[in-house]
Amino acid sequence: MSEINVRQALNDAIREEMEKDPTVIIMGCDIGVRGGPFGVTLGIMDQFGKQRVIDTPISEPGFTGMGVGAAATGLRPIVEILYSDWLTLASDQIVNMAAKMRYMFGGKVNMPLVIRAPFGAGGGIAAQHSQSFEAWFNHIPGLKVVTPITPYDVKGILKAAIRDNNPVMFFEHKRSYQIKGEVPEGEDYTVPFGKAAIRRKGKDVTIVSYSMMALKAQKAAEDLAKEGIDCEVIDLRSILPLDYECVMTSIAKTNRVVVTQEANLRGGLAGDIVAEIIDRGFDLLDAPPVRVGALNVPMPYNAGLESICIPDEGNIKEAVHKVLSDE
Amino acid sequence: MKNICDNMKELLPSLKPLKAPKGLSKKKQEEMLYKMCAIRAFDSRVKDLWMNNEIYGLAHAYIGAEAIAVGACEALKPDDYITSTHRGHGHTLAKGADTKAMMAELFGKYEGLNRGKGGSMHIADTDIGMLGATGIVGSGMPIALGAALSSVVLGNGKVALCFHGDGGTNQGVWHETINMAAAWNLPVIFLIENNQFAIATRTEWVVRETDLYKRAAGYGIEGVQVDGFNVFEVYKAVKKAAEKARKGEGPTLIEARYMRILGHFVADDQHYRDQQEVEDCWTADPIERLKEYLVESDTFSKKKVDAVEKAAIAEIDKAVEYARNECTEPPVETLYDDIYADGEVIR
Repeated sequence: MSEINVRQALNDAIREEMEKDPTVIIMGCDIGVRGGPFGVTLGIMDQFGKQRVIDTPISEPGFTGMGVGAAATGLRPIVEILYSDWLTLASDQIVNMAAKMRYMFGGKVNMPLVIRAPFGAGGGIAAQHSQSFEAWFNHIPGLKVVTPITPYDVKGILKAAIRDNNPVMFFEHKRSYQIKGEVPEGEDYTVPFGKAAIRRKGKDVTIVSYSMMALKAQKAAEDLAKEGIDCEVIDLRSILPLDYECVMTSIAKTNRVVVTQEANLRGGLAGDIVAEIIDRGFDLLDAPPVRVGALNVPMPYNAGLESICIPDEGNIKEAVHKVLSDE
Repeated sequence: MKNICDNMKELLPSLKPLKAPKGLSKKKQEEMLYKMCAIRAFDSRVKDLWMNNEIYGLAHAYIGAEAIAVGACEALKPDDYITSTHRGHGHTLAKGADTKAMMAELFGKYEGLNRGKGGSMHIADTDIGMLGATGIVGSGMPIALGAALSSVVLGNGKVALCFHGDGGTNQGVWHETINMAAAWNLPVIFLIENNQFAIATRTEWVVRETDLYKRAAGYGIEGVQVDGFNVFEVYKAVKKAAEKARKGEGPTLIEARYMRILGHFVADDQHYRDQQEVEDCWTADPIERLKEYLVESDTFSKKKVDAVEKAAIAEIDKAVEYARNECTEPPVETLYDDIYADGEVIR
């Protein structure tokens, strides 16, 4: 094992897959010569050349669609959207083309496409650079949506995404690039979609989380343990498909659940997960599920206001206390 | 040109007398006539079937535009790529799709080209390089660009041609796509089917420069305008563009100028349009022009031309009978098929 950060995990995954498969290509704004806005693709253009590593103009609908067309005709493109907020621009090609072509064509086309999109809030980048749109894409049949956070998962899931024959929305948290973790050295591994990871075992409350909220949930759980509250923390890793078996098994044990997301709460994934939990196991619940998410405001620039909006460990602890309160 | 009314000549200065290019075999000319007649017959039947409630959903007839799809596809190689529009039956037929499977698709049948899941607006046959009709105007542009990119990366020498309408040229992605194709010199042909209408909106209401091929200059690529009612003119332009693309000399913008004769979709009565203009358009009918030319140039006898047309109509009649009588409804169990690859089902 070696310790690397998320940035390196992404870089390694892209490089290894491009070495293995000459049909893998990558495109996006500034990903070539500059090595990516976050340094994720440093050295990739030097190694693989300009035909497979394409610095695009600022034309999200155009180059995303180019990725869709390339995927339909034998390549395995990785398309990077510089900030996930601009998926708004690319979404016609993702939602109306990539997600539906196989179905509309009666199975006659393949769509091995990865859309990498740095998402999440923090750092004062305000309303147009801080959003989390995973719920939008979770709504679309035909897409897969993944949200890994540890270097191990980031690398393994990105490799699985590149090998997948479906369009995959790969949401990487833009505040995660420096996060370090153990990754097997020299081992070609993938992490399957639809398999959650239990980050902490516990018996009192289940905390369902993904991406940055999984790390915050673990910290909250450590604090709560000191109060004698034993939380089980689930990191979903992939949200479409979503490992409801893991979630329901945990709830069967704890009978209480808090569902967290970093996106603003209204219309979010947490609400959808709660609804599914109720459908699958209302009788397992000893208390109404509690959701944690950002406030329903455009992300403000001011650091103080911003920190109020983004859900943190404190909000998770509060939610856990709430779900335990009506005993 | 003698039958074309003066009004149409004035409206369409791009009109040119038909003349088969040198070296175009008789067989190829017969095939062009056959395919144009088949498209006419297909969409004439579709219109009636739709009016009789035998075909569901929306259908947009390619009637009047036959010269464009046929001229273009005959100029491509069989394994080249095309992308299409919401008005895609003509493109699909011209590229060589099976007429029975196509008609079955419009009937929504399991034996249809797309298992009854796509219908008229999403008809596709990737086995023959037809990358799909699309209901989102302009959205085929970057798909064709991606196919051209694949061709370069995989080194397979294929060319991609994007059929789109004048309406599509006003989408942002149209600009983005041509810009990238030009910047990277990709083997792609952008073919505007300028029928001068976006549903009921006339191009000149929303565009100042209505000679759309002139936009090519802004991208540093070649732009040409051809008579879209003239199969040979389209053929020549696409042939030249394809050869250029295959040699690595980049994209071409072709504006095939014609005029929509029928309504936007099969039940559109065009109440927003001067009916005289519609009648005038028929005087430039690309099939009548071709038949007349083939006889007058002594390429074929009148009898032969009529026989080709009759055979095309008969093929479409058989396709209708097949779709109506021999095909089955898609089993409900197939509802979740092909949302994801490799048999995976996520509910």
